[in-house]
Amino acid sequence: MASARPVLEAPEISRILTRIAHEVLERNRGADDLVLLGIPTRGAHLARRVAERLVAAEPGAGPVEELVGSLDVTMHRDDLRRRPVRALGRTHVPPRGVDDRVVVLVDDVLASGRTVRAALDALSDLGRPRAVRLAVLVDRGHRQLPIRADHVGKNLPTAAEESVQVLLEEVDGQDAVVISGPGEPRPPATAPAGPADRDEPAGGAR
Amino acid sequence: MKHLLSAADLDREGALALLDVAEEMAATQAREIKKLPTLRGRTVVNLFFEDSTRTRISFEAAAKRLSADVITFSAKGSSVSKGESLKDTALTLQAMGADAVVLRHSASGAAHRLAHAGWSGVGVVNAGDGTHEHPTQALLDAFTLRRRLRERSGGDLGGALDGARVAVVGDVLHSRVARSNVLLLRTLGADVTLVAPPTLLPVGVEAWPCRTSWDLDAVLPEVDAVMVLRVQRERMGGGGFFPSAQEYTRRFGLDGRRLRLLPEHALVMHPGPMNRGLEISAEAADSPRSTIVEQVSNGVAVRMAALYLLLAGEDAA
Repeated sequence: MASARPVLEAPEISRILTRIAHEVLERNRGADDLVLLGIPTRGAHLARRVAERLVAAEPGAGPVEELVGSLDVTMHRDDLRRRPVRALGRTHVPPRGVDDRVVVLVDDVLASGRTVRAALDALSDLGRPRAVRLAVLVDRGHRQLPIRADHVGKNLPTAAEESVQVLLEEVDGQDAVVISGPGEPRPPATAPAGPADRDEPAGGAR
Repeated sequence: MKHLLSAADLDREGALALLDVAEEMAATQAREIKKLPTLRGRTVVNLFFEDSTRTRISFEAAAKRLSADVITFSAKGSSVSKGESLKDTALTLQAMGADAVVLRHSASGAAHRLAHAGWSGVGVVNAGDGTHEHPTQALLDAFTLRRRLRERSGGDLGGALDGARVAVVGDVLHSRVARSNVLLLRTLGADVTLVAPPTLLPVGVEAWPCRTSWDLDAVLPEVDAVMVLRVQRERMGGGGFFPSAQEYTRRFGLDGRRLRLLPEHALVMHPGPMNRGLEISAEAADSPRSTIVEQVSNGVAVRMAALYLLLAGEDAA
């Protein structure tokens, strides 16, 4: 625990999400046809926060509920057989669907790219978006697939043995991004971690 | 989860986790593309030693929606009719690379035997063994009840069955559905009352975690759901369980009059296939409070969840 160091704290995370919301709007030239889909657990909360900021910045963007959803990728993962069986997250698509719209996938940590690969597959089962973009709070490198993010909160060069953990108010009771070294206990999350283990780099998945 | 043999194998947490996975599976079944890649490369064998239409088709649909390969094996026209034993059949299936076996058998305990005799390492799902258990039917009934009764618990699915009152009416003696339902509903916090003539209650029923009654009219006004069981005449041999079909219907059949004894919100359930006019009248079966068709579609989602939990993880066979 001694060398588990916070790299981002609540005010910085808040500023980053505001910036990402503005970047998304700028890139899309407004909020037309936008859908934000967060990848559970923490990506879904981040997507909602970005959507709230987006609506605040662009009042014509419409109600948050029609802008934001969640996309569970568990059943499309390529490492299901390497881990104990996982609970499923919620997939919720806003009423207008994804066909011919611009989908922004939102996740907390981008590493191997395998989660995003699974998300692209899951998305193609829901419909055919006009374009798909990717926004992440932290990009920690170690890519194993040819995938990059369009909107990055913070680039965090890390060693493969280190663990990056995103804590969010909605799940963990506080906002922070923490790096802990190899062999250390992970910082205790106040809420049950559950599927958050997905974000651990230990298995080499991310 | 290595096997699903009995509703008693599931504790409250495990049962709720399975039902939550089933909720997500049900959501995928409302989409245009219903197929998921999750069990690609896995082989599920449907091993049916006893006739069954809806359970077999339901398991087959569930496995195919998850992209597993399905081999269906029914006793008619197979080596079983040439005298092959369950053990030899199991060894054959393992040699062919089965990852899970869905077993329907006329002998109580057959699924347990297949899972624990050490013949093979495959996962086993009990799809009905004799008059013993049918856990996926109980799970789909609980799933249906939970969805329909959730408004009364403030929208919370987790505690939706706490304190719910369910009557299970009819041929409990020959019913594997009744035993699995009593066990599972109790685990989920519901109060179950069995209503049947004494001849159709099994020996030892007083040890089950439920009440029993012989008076349907007295029970109906108190319940949130009534689950009508099929009178299994094919298991009754020479008869003698009740004087006549007419008398059974008069005492234990769910007809229009009894339908009106139920509280406003109460549901009518039946695991199918129904004997219309015997244990349930057409008016009751086709009424808006009947969930009978819904139970069938929920069955696919629940079986997808069971196969997912059995086969998707690293500890799976």
